[in-house]
Amino acid sequence: MPAFDSTRDKRTTDEFVKGLWKENPVFVQVLGMCPVLAVSNTARNALAMGLATLFVLVMSNIVISSLRRFIPKQVRIATYILVIATFVTITEYVIQAISLDLHKALGAFISLIVVNCLILGRAEAFASKNTVGRSILDGLGMGVGFTFALLCLGAVREIFGSGTLFGVELFHDRFQDWVMMILPAGGFFTLAGWLLVFNWFKERKARARSLREEAA
Amino acid sequence: MSQLPLVAQAPRPSTWHMYRAMVGIGILCGLLIVVVFELTRPVIERNKAEALQRAIFQVLPDARSSQTFRLDGDDRFELLQGKTDGGPMVYAGYDEQQRLIGIAVEAQGMGYQDVIRVLYGYSFEKDAIIGIRVLESKETPGLGTKIETDPDFLKNFERLDVSLTDDLSRIANPIGFVKPGKKEQPWQVDGITGATISSTAIANILSASTSYWIPRIRQSLDDFRKAG
Repeated sequence: MPAFDSTRDKRTTDEFVKGLWKENPVFVQVLGMCPVLAVSNTARNALAMGLATLFVLVMSNIVISSLRRFIPKQVRIATYILVIATFVTITEYVIQAISLDLHKALGAFISLIVVNCLILGRAEAFASKNTVGRSILDGLGMGVGFTFALLCLGAVREIFGSGTLFGVELFHDRFQDWVMMILPAGGFFTLAGWLLVFNWFKERKARARSLREEAA
Repeated sequence: MSQLPLVAQAPRPSTWHMYRAMVGIGILCGLLIVVVFELTRPVIERNKAEALQRAIFQVLPDARSSQTFRLDGDDRFELLQGKTDGGPMVYAGYDEQQRLIGIAVEAQGMGYQDVIRVLYGYSFEKDAIIGIRVLESKETPGLGTKIETDPDFLKNFERLDVSLTDDLSRIANPIGFVKPGKKEQPWQVDGITGATISSTAIANILSASTSYWIPRIRQSLDDFRKAG
């Protein structure tokens, strides 16, 4: 028996990696659009929102996968929401304790993590069917992918909308703020731009693969 | 209703199992929330107090210490020690020699999306508002939030006249809102292009609050001095 089972190990890390790129919650699954559009007006807000979602996602995945045999199918959705809401409430108190300004900036959107379909989606599609270890990796991967996507949007919108990045002035006085970018419309445009980039990449890769297969 | 049995075909767990899962998890979640709430509450309260303290010194830049007063039933101000227990409150600022220099007052009113809460500083020497700080607002980022960042707008509050009539019963010239660039009198607030509603809201909040508080503060000046 080999000491290191490479196939098993590879599949486990896959649970983490898939959320970053291949099944990125925002750019591929297009889930959780409410916070993506609403809280991505600055890079700092986007990062905080992403980390808060990551925390809730990992914690709810842990609880739900460890209780998966204990929860009857008929009441599973109600139970999942209960668990998710608990962690969101905890996150809200912790953010308030860390920084009131941050809490002010994220406003109502922390509470809305409860209805982020990404979290309920992972609970239902993954954590309720897999072990705790794999669910943690899945949650981490999806959460990091979500944070990355939010940052992509937040950075672009902040640079164009206020000429800053993480609050650091980039252009001094030579830049006229493009206010639309930090308004909701800018969120839609930026998201569309990123989706365009991602799909173009995906298509190019798929075409390259099919060419390789033809040649082989 | 004829489609329902589709779900019921799977073996149905007893009601007890469902109750056990939901009530059990509910109790655990409740406990967890209570524990976190109790742990974070002192930190959150301290953060709030510090934020308020910082805001007081921002709107009364010359102040070195402050004390909290509450307005009681007969329009007298009473010093609050330690814990605050609600009610209408103002904050008196004192300089290094413990002389009363101004009062910071909290005011609120409806903005564009939600209530805006502000703290403004009233200086006795200048008989004017000398600083304002937004404590809480949910105005549109980039537009309504200019009430906190726009330098021309903030210039309004370097010296916004709120002098009283001779009998100290009311403000001689209530604070009024004018369109951007139209300010002629020291009691007018110059608006912001692109944030008309938010800047009007600030003017209205200040107008309502000052006409209530400033006459009362001036009539009971001694209440503040004794404490200093």
